[in-house]
Amino acid sequence: MDGLWFFVEALVGGLLSGVMYTLVALGFVLIYKASGVFNFAQGAMVLFAALTFVGFVELGLPFWMALAAALGVMMLLAVGIERVVLRPLVGQPPIILFMATIGLSIFLEGFAQAVWGSQVRALDLGIPDMPMEIDRVLISRFDLTAAVIAAGLVIALSLFFSHTRMGRALRAVADDSQAAQVAGVPLNLIWAVVWGAAGLVALVAGLVWGARLGVQFSLTLIALKALPVLILGGFDSVAGAIVGGLIIGASEKLAEIYVGALIGGGIENWFPYALAIAFLLVRPGGLFGGKRVMRV
Amino acid sequence: MMSETQPLLAVNGVEVVYDRAALVLKSVSLAVPEGGVVALLGPNGAGKSTTMKAVANLLRADRGEVTRGSIVYDGRRIDRLGAADLAPRGLSLVMEGRHCFASLSVEENLRVGAFTRRDGRAAVADSLDLVYRCFPRLKLRRDSPAGLLSGGEQQMCAIGRALMAKPRMILLDEPSMGLAPQLVDEIFEILRRLNREEGVSFLLAEQNAAAALRYATHAYLLENGRVVLDGGAASLRADPVVQASYLGLDADGRQTFRDPAAARPRQRWLCCGRWRPE
Ligand SMILES: Nc1ncnc2c1ncn2[C@@H]1O[C@H](COP(=O)(O)OP(=O)(O)OP(=O)(O)O)[C@@H](O)[C@H]1O
Ligand SMILES: [Mg+2]
Repeated sequence: MDGLWFFVEALVGGLLSGVMYTLVALGFVLIYKASGVFNFAQGAMVLFAALTFVGFVELGLPFWMALAAALGVMMLLAVGIERVVLRPLVGQPPIILFMATIGLSIFLEGFAQAVWGSQVRALDLGIPDMPMEIDRVLISRFDLTAAVIAAGLVIALSLFFSHTRMGRALRAVADDSQAAQVAGVPLNLIWAVVWGAAGLVALVAGLVWGARLGVQFSLTLIALKALPVLILGGFDSVAGAIVGGLIIGASEKLAEIYVGALIGGGIENWFPYALAIAFLLVRPGGLFGGKRVMRV
Repeated sequence: MMSETQPLLAVNGVEVVYDRAALVLKSVSLAVPEGGVVALLGPNGAGKSTTMKAVANLLRADRGEVTRGSIVYDGRRIDRLGAADLAPRGLSLVMEGRHCFASLSVEENLRVGAFTRRDGRAAVADSLDLVYRCFPRLKLRRDSPAGLLSGGEQQMCAIGRALMAKPRMILLDEPSMGLAPQLVDEIFEILRRLNREEGVSFLLAEQNAAAALRYATHAYLLENGRVVLDGGAASLRADPVVQASYLGLDADGRQTFRDPAAARPRQRWLCCGRWRPE
């Protein structure tokens, strides 16, 4: 019986941390969906957002003000990226845009640290990291809060995509950017909106991950955590990012506990990649990705 | 109102180069009067789509460029604008090959067509009504993803989307491509009604010269990137060269074996198959 509770606890813990992976993966999915570009700079944007927020807090701004200011900076960044990086590259093949995001990533890392400094900062969201007990299962209050925030963000984004004029235009651009332009949808605007949304996601991810790990350079590496999630869920599916994140989170925890014990642990770091590669062989498009609506 | 001498759309001596190397349009000039239906005819590769894309400012994405000449719409040059700037000015393009938003529902496709409208929900709802009256089939399928429609329905969806912008002029690139003759007539009839009742002007690129000349008032014949012939639809229909090369008639005006209509009975059968519900 204790074994069962232990299993449930590990599963819930895994699912909750999976939500945090989803959060990172979501930023990639947004940009990939709208422009077919793998945004290498997503990790750097997470660091940039977290550093900006902490920087404003250190300047003495109260929490909500700092949050609003950091959000404003991310929106400005989105508009700037559209103007300076994307607009001159219109019509170039995706690989060129991918290279541009590599450059962007290096710039963002350097710029953020030049402005705000490179020492490790603590970020306190005011959520106690105390486990709470629900029916004999211990759950991290922090993980639970993070999951609720992430779920809220996902729901808000889905509503935006499915029910607003701009969201509809975004999906139209994702389907056929030329036809969307002909219909009067300006690509510049759409890109700015998409990068703005990715900036918002990066900010939320930066706050949650920053609070857990401290705000430091290694935050950019959590982008790597998103990779198996994307392979599993598909690069262009929001639902895939959610399900992929949950699967990766839960399976890496369970594998660590049940398989890791047999072979001496340390499995958590590479298990998601192994899972993703195995999955790649079976379903290269991911669980939800690459599904084209097409009549044959 | 326009003065009679000034056409709604004028393409003046336009030259288009792809990849900075391939000269595809060589000084093409044409004009569409307000309220006119003008056909742009020509064989594969003549440059019809290139002309349409030049007007719609879509060449940049294909690494093409207007290197000479000007394009004037409604009295203003439009060849320096972006592709998205034309819809709000009342100029819409229905691209070759339909280009519906595959994962959006039919109604969402239509609503994207109204993206730049600023005249309120009620006016957009009116336009939606108009489109559904023109194409009742679209109304039946309003909630299915456009990618699942048949070819003819997708063409209707694309035309409907163009209409949602409340255009003064629509550029139509090969609306008849891949459609059964009956359906081609059906679509052209609707275009004629839109022209007469809503006053929409059309520039129609077509390989199907027979159908286009039945509905157009004026036509240009494009070959190898040059306008080689132009005139009233009736005079082009009577032209021996056009008859021989594009209408499948011999010198006496009789139908030859090349007449596309010879294949009609079979195609009509296919047409019934096309509309069978899935
Ligand atoms: N993106 C491109 N790059 C280079 N050449 C191109 C490009 N697009 C078209 N061309 C060339 O331009 C010429 C005209 O093409 P266009 O598509 O305008 O012909 P079309 O009259 O529309 O033919 P069709 O009836 O087959 O649609 C062709 O020779 C074609 O090979
Ligand atoms: Mg063509």
